[in-house]
Amino acid sequence: MSSLNTTGIKSFGAFIPRRRLQRSAIAAAHGWAFPALKAQAKGERSMCGWDEDVLTMAVEAGRDCLRGGSVSNLSGLSLASTTAPYADLNNAVFVGAALRLPSHASASDTGGSTRAGLSALIAACESAADGEKMIIASEHRKAKPASVQEMQFGSGAGALSVGGGDDCIAHYLGSETVSVPFIDHFRKAGADFDYSWEERWIRDEGVAKIVPAAIKRLLQRLQLGGDKVAHFGLSGGPKRSDSFVAKLLKISPECVLPDLSAQVGDTGTAKPFLQLIDALEKAKTGDVILVASFAQGVEVVAFEMKNPKVIAGRRGLAGSVADRIEETAYMKLLSNDDQIELDWGMRAETDQKTALTQLYRASDQIFGFVGGQCRKCQAVQFPRLPHCVNCGEASTQDPYSLSDEPAKIATYSADWLMYSPSPPLYLGLVQFDSGARLLMEIVDVGADGIDVGTEVTMTFRKKERDKLRGWDRYFWKATPKS
Amino acid sequence: MASGIKDKVAILGMGCSKFGERWDCGTEDLLSEAFLEALADAGIEREQIDAAWYGSALERVNVGTSAIPLSTALRLDGIPVSRVENMCATGTEALRGAVYAVASGAVDIALAIGAEKLKDTGYGGLPISQKGTLNDLWMPYASAPAGFAQLAAGYRAKYGVSREELKRSIGRVSWKSHQNGAKNPKAHLQKTVDMETILNAAIIAEPLGIFDCCGVSDGAACAIVTTPEIARSLGKKDLVTVKALQLSASSGREQGTRDWDGSYVQNTRNAAGAAYREAGITHPRKQLSALEVHDCFSITELVTMEDLGVSEPGQAWKDVMDGVFDADGIVPCQIDGGLKCFGHPIGASGLRMVYEHWLQLNGRAGERQLRNPTIGLAHNLGGVPYNGVCAISIVGLEGV
Repeated sequence: MSSLNTTGIKSFGAFIPRRRLQRSAIAAAHGWAFPALKAQAKGERSMCGWDEDVLTMAVEAGRDCLRGGSVSNLSGLSLASTTAPYADLNNAVFVGAALRLPSHASASDTGGSTRAGLSALIAACESAADGEKMIIASEHRKAKPASVQEMQFGSGAGALSVGGGDDCIAHYLGSETVSVPFIDHFRKAGADFDYSWEERWIRDEGVAKIVPAAIKRLLQRLQLGGDKVAHFGLSGGPKRSDSFVAKLLKISPECVLPDLSAQVGDTGTAKPFLQLIDALEKAKTGDVILVASFAQGVEVVAFEMKNPKVIAGRRGLAGSVADRIEETAYMKLLSNDDQIELDWGMRAETDQKTALTQLYRASDQIFGFVGGQCRKCQAVQFPRLPHCVNCGEASTQDPYSLSDEPAKIATYSADWLMYSPSPPLYLGLVQFDSGARLLMEIVDVGADGIDVGTEVTMTFRKKERDKLRGWDRYFWKATPKS
Repeated sequence: MASGIKDKVAILGMGCSKFGERWDCGTEDLLSEAFLEALADAGIEREQIDAAWYGSALERVNVGTSAIPLSTALRLDGIPVSRVENMCATGTEALRGAVYAVASGAVDIALAIGAEKLKDTGYGGLPISQKGTLNDLWMPYASAPAGFAQLAAGYRAKYGVSREELKRSIGRVSWKSHQNGAKNPKAHLQKTVDMETILNAAIIAEPLGIFDCCGVSDGAACAIVTTPEIARSLGKKDLVTVKALQLSASSGREQGTRDWDGSYVQNTRNAAGAAYREAGITHPRKQLSALEVHDCFSITELVTMEDLGVSEPGQAWKDVMDGVFDADGIVPCQIDGGLKCFGHPIGASGLRMVYEHWLQLNGRAGERQLRNPTIGLAHNLGGVPYNGVCAISIVGLEGV
C-alpha cells in the first residue's frame, strides 16, 4: 500500500440509546391487524427516550470520540442526519457547544439522504490537510406504527475524527461516488415518515447494479482485488444486500460486517459510521476496510488499518451495543416519538418558555456543563453565580467543566407526582468528586435501581419540551454508571 | 448584640378559617372568615388597625399579586398594607412584619393575615412553580414530596435505618396527626387512619405514600398584635407574648457543596438556634409545652424533631415509635392535626400554627386542650430541605 497516505481516522466514538425494544413486543401490539409481522419479531432495536434525539446522541458519540484526545485540536464539526430537530438552526453548533468545541471552529449540518454521513466523511478526508475535523452521523428514525420500518429502524450515532499525521488509526485510501435518481424511498420535508418502494426492485435494479460497479472502480484504482478487503459494510439496501454484493465482488462472507439489525436496527445516516467503527474496533494492522452507503447512488470509502488503539473508557460500538436496558413496553416507543398523546394531566400543561437571552448568557453552563471553581477557596460549583457558594467572594470563579467528572448520588427520590414523559421522575443531589453538587434528573435507571452512593455519569439530554413554540431545552442528566 | 423581640409584642386576638376543600369560598371569603374571628377575639374595631401584612404564596391560583387583594377584601381604607411571600413560610413572614412594626413603635396595632386558595388549581397537589430564567434551564422540576423524600434517603444512609423501619416510623408520624386531627372541627381531615392503610397507600415520591403527605387545602389565618401595654389598656389579662421570631434562608450551601448529608434541614437548625437564644430556651424538650411543626411530609416532621433539639441525632425515628410526640407524650406535636390533617393553605400555615398555640395558652382548645401549656413553638418551612427557608415563632405566657 502507498506509504504517502498521511490522512485518515484519528479517533472514533459511538452511542446507542440504552433502551432496546423487543421486536416481539412490536409484533404483539399489531398482531390483531398484521399477524405477518410476527415473522420479523426477532431480536431488538434501539429506541430513543423522550429526552433523546439526534443532538443528544451526537453529543454522546462525540464525547466518546474525544476520549483520550482534546477538543481543542478540532478545526471543525459536521453533523450528518436526516432527522436533526431544527430546520433553520445550526444543529452542529448545539452539538459543538455541548462538546465545548472552540468557537473559532467551523460547524455545519449535512443531510438530505442517509448517505450524507459518508459524503461528509469523504469530504473531510479529502481536505484533511486543512485541519482535524469531527464528523458525527446521528439518526433518530421514526416509522409509521405497524410498518416494516418500525421493526427495522433503530436510533444511534457514530463519530469519527479525521485529520493528517502519523498517529491515524486508519489511513484514507480513496472513495467513489455515484449519483443517480434511483428513488428507493423518500420523505417530504416536514413529513414524519418515509415512503418506500418494493424491496426486490431496490435490491435487483438498485443495489446490485449501482454498488458493485462503484466498488470495482475504486478497487481497480487502488489496485486491490476483492479478496484483499478484510471488512466490508453496506448500508441503505434491503436486508442481505451486503452479502449479495460481497459475493459479486469476491469478498469473503466472513469479512462482511454485521448489519447490527439484531441489536440496534437500521440507523440510517449513522449506520455506515457504526459499521466503520465496528471494523476499526476489530481490524488488524494492514486490513483494508470498505464501507458503502447506498442512497440515490452510492458513496464508497476505503481505509487501511494502521494503528489499532485501545482508549481507556471508550464505549465504542461494542460497548454501546452491550450497554442495554431491555424494554418490552411498545407504547413507550409511540409516546417517546410523539406518535400518541397520552393524558399526562394538568401538570403537563406548564408553559416551558425559554428566555433565549438567558440561554445565551449561560450557554457554556447549560450546553457545556461548565460551572466554576473559586480561585480563593477552590470550591467547585454549579451554577456559576457572581458569588462563590462556599466563601461568598465575588468574581473569583474560573470555568470548570463537570461533564466528565466522577460523581455519586447523595440524595434521591422517585417522583410519581410531577409530570415526566417517563415516570417516575428520578432526581436527587449529585455529588461530584471535585466537590460540586447540584440537583439533577437521573435517567436510564435499570432494574437494579439507585441508592445513596450509586456512581453516576453525565449524559446530555432534553430537559423540557416547549411544544407551544417547538423549542426543546437541553441540559445534562445523571445516569447510573454502566 | 440585639435585644430581640421577647415580650415586646403581645397577641391581641387571632382567627382561623375552617381549612379544607372550600369549594364555596374564594380567597376573599377565607380572609374575611379569619379576620372577623380575630377582630372579635381582639375586641377592637377594624379602624383601630394601623397597618397590615398579607401573606400569599401562589398568586396565580389565588387573588393576584400586591397588597390590594387584601385591602380590598377587608376594605382596609388608607392604611399601609404589604404583601409578603416566602414560599410555605409565608404566613410567618406576615406575622414578622406585623410584630416588628409594633415593636419598632411605628404602629400600635398591626394585622398579620395569610391565605391560600389551592383548590382552584384543578388537580391535587401544588401548582408547578417555575424557578426563574436561569434555574429553569438546569434545575429539574420536582414535586414538593420528591424534594422532601430525599431526606429519607439521606437519613437512612446516615443512621443505618432500614427502609422498612423508617417507613413504619414516618407512618406513625402521620397516624398520630390523624388521631389529633380527628378532634379538631376546623381541620381539613378529621378521620383517624390505621397504620396498615398508611403503610400500604400508593407511593407519591419514594418512600412517601399518600398518607405521608399533608392536605392541600384552602384556608386563612390571622393575628392582631400590639404592645403588652396597649393590650392591658384594652382590658386583656394573662397576655400571650411573642418570645422569638427567626428566619433562615438557604444560600446554596446545602445543594451546592458537600456540607449537607441529606439527613436534616440546616435552616431549621439555624432558625431554632437563634430562636432559642432570643426566647431564652436552653432545654427545648423540657421547656416547650407543644410543637406545631411543618409536617408537609411525615419525614420532614421526623427530622425536624432532631433539628429542633427535642430528639437526639438519629433518635427521632425511635422517639416517634415511643409516642414522645403524641398528645399525651413528652412533647405533644401537631396537637391540632398539623399540616397533615389541619391542612396546608400555604400563606396561612405559619399563622395557623401560632393560632393553635394561642388557643392552647388561653385554655380554649376544647377536646384537645393540653394541661397548663406555657410556651409553644411554631416551625414553618418553605422550599425544599436543601434549598429553602425556615421560620420559627415562639409564643408563650407573659413572664414565662
